[in-house]
Amino acid sequence: MVGYIIRRLLYVIPTLLVVSMVAFFIIDLPEGDYIDSYISQLRADDIEVNAQQIASLRDRYGLDDPLPIRYVKWMSGVVQGDFGQSFQHRQPVDQLIWERLGLTLVVATSTILFTWIVALPIGIYSAVKQYSIGDYVATFFGFVGLAIPNFLLALILMYIAFKEYGMVVGGLFSPEFEGAPWTWARVIDMLEHMWIPIIVLGTGGMAGLIRIMRANLLDELSKPYVDTARAKGMPEWRLILKYPVRVALNPFISTIGFILPTLISGAVIVSVVLSLPTTGPLLLQALQSQDMYLAGAFILLLGMLTIIGMLISDILLALLDPRIRFQ
Amino acid sequence: MATGNPVTSAISPYAGDMHDDAQVEVAGQLKLIWWRFRRHRLAIVSLALVLAIYLLIVPFVEFWAPFDPEEPNSVFPFAPPQTLYLFDGGRFAPHVHSYTSRVDPATYKRVFEGDPERKVFLNFFVHAEPYKLLGLIDTNIHFFGPDDPEQRIFFLGADRLGRDMFSRLIYGTRISMSIGLVGVALSLVFGIILGGLSGYYGGVVDNVIQRAIEFLSSMPRVPLWLGLSAAIPLTWDPLHVYFMITIILSLLGWPQLARVVRGRFLSIKSDDYVISAWLDGADRWRIILRHMLPSMYSHIIASVTLAIPGMILAETALSFLGLGLRPPIISWGVLLKEAQNVRTVAQAPWLLIPALAVIVSVLALNFLGDGLRDAADPYK
Repeated sequence: MVGYIIRRLLYVIPTLLVVSMVAFFIIDLPEGDYIDSYISQLRADDIEVNAQQIASLRDRYGLDDPLPIRYVKWMSGVVQGDFGQSFQHRQPVDQLIWERLGLTLVVATSTILFTWIVALPIGIYSAVKQYSIGDYVATFFGFVGLAIPNFLLALILMYIAFKEYGMVVGGLFSPEFEGAPWTWARVIDMLEHMWIPIIVLGTGGMAGLIRIMRANLLDELSKPYVDTARAKGMPEWRLILKYPVRVALNPFISTIGFILPTLISGAVIVSVVLSLPTTGPLLLQALQSQDMYLAGAFILLLGMLTIIGMLISDILLALLDPRIRFQ
Repeated sequence: MATGNPVTSAISPYAGDMHDDAQVEVAGQLKLIWWRFRRHRLAIVSLALVLAIYLLIVPFVEFWAPFDPEEPNSVFPFAPPQTLYLFDGGRFAPHVHSYTSRVDPATYKRVFEGDPERKVFLNFFVHAEPYKLLGLIDTNIHFFGPDDPEQRIFFLGADRLGRDMFSRLIYGTRISMSIGLVGVALSLVFGIILGGLSGYYGGVVDNVIQRAIEFLSSMPRVPLWLGLSAAIPLTWDPLHVYFMITIILSLLGWPQLARVVRGRFLSIKSDDYVISAWLDGADRWRIILRHMLPSMYSHIIASVTLAIPGMILAETALSFLGLGLRPPIISWGVLLKEAQNVRTVAQAPWLLIPALAVIVSVLALNFLGDGLRDAADPYK
């Protein structure tokens, strides 16, 4: 087991390196560089910048170096927690991102938990009572859930809430808790706001999981060992939960790998619509104003988040299924 | 076709169908696929819908749309959808009630009321705005429109500039549906080349391509898409932006198709007919193109159909966030961008109608793809 985990950890390193290269490539992509934007920003505010200051800034960020050297400089900063400067916010990037990234993580994790808790029983029911009315209803909602992009779902929910209840939904906190320090009251306030993003983000993945669970369990249910156990007089529900469900759960966990990237992606758009204080709105803003160090940090960290999530799901899978460990 | 005796294994799925065994035994692959596909009712309906959109609407949007989608109208900003009346005094004469607009003195909101006294009659094949059909033929015939070309009708309401949402939705269909098709075509080229190489050569090539696929499918796409499309300079003209967005979408879209192609390649690589072609001295590309690819067409078509909705959704999302297509291009995403804010939506809920178009076309393509996938291997 330890060997497997170590191998898996070693495998993460090159992946992370590629992610960082992609992120840096995106930082480097727009025409002009960070200093150009920074200087035009300063000039717009009537702050005079002389040639010497410009030169020292260019030197500090090594903007005239070739690409690989700039990448190495940027990476060595990142490793020490220095993601560069956000010219738009005039702050180091790392002061802007951590709380938002943390909230993204909270929203993503709760959504996965919610998806599991709902999809598991419905999937089992759908398979055991195949072609029942309940199964058809679940399949139907599954298809619709997959077809509605979640940012549209968010928009429609917001519209209904506004039209029917006069509520303006959105955000993760009530106004009095926005920007406040963390207290229990703030956590509770956040939980009260969180159900809408969770439902919005969860539907797509839930629909997929229900279908996967149903298909897996159907495969298992027709195997001889189930008949044997039944013939020996095992109570039906105990049988189903103890053997086929356990085997069918396996791909269920490995699908975290598929769901996590979609979830993080979806969260970016949904959070813009619902104006959540997560990574989405700030990333979008940064990209629109070409605040590339901020945008690059988000892209890097969101990529890392996904990779670590998949690492965890692989380790969980290995814990659950000895066959994987000994491969 | 691939292995064993197709005849014996093909009989069972059609038991009880209208074809007797004798017919099944002599039917070709295409016929078998069609028979199998036909049993999936939803897929048939979806096929009709998708074909109608791609063949009838997308090439001829100027004909179907009654008005110029860009023409602003200062009298009718946010005019709500008008009701269509089919009969006038017992006679078939489709018409709408002309809008009178006034400003509510209490709320300062513009209110529109239909005036039953002033009817705007509609006609088919009216002469209005001139355009070039298929970019070639000069004409001014539109499928329908008001008898009096000076009048305006708003089936699906108007946007903030008083532009006709119905015409805009039709124009948006062209861009959104075609970007799905073009994007998938590009992904397919990448997918077939890379997946084919991966599956055919195996070894190091396979390993490298597989790692790339794994990496691309484990990255959250939206941030990458956003990052790449944010780099498109604002000064570019719309056509370039359109192609750039398509390339960006297919850059992250090819892995799934490559995976399908590779899987098929691996599974038929050691089939008897491939080996015998090889023993006959056929060269590598002849084996790939002449012998292996044809047996994968059905699978590839099914996967391609299932990949189009993803492209459409991605374009919608990007444009909705303002980093994809930009006006004056009209796509469903560009239209939905107008509905970004709850208060606007509450004031003009009809701005959400393009969402319906997105959902219906995505569902149809999904059902169609499902049906094709089930029918792809009729010998199972």
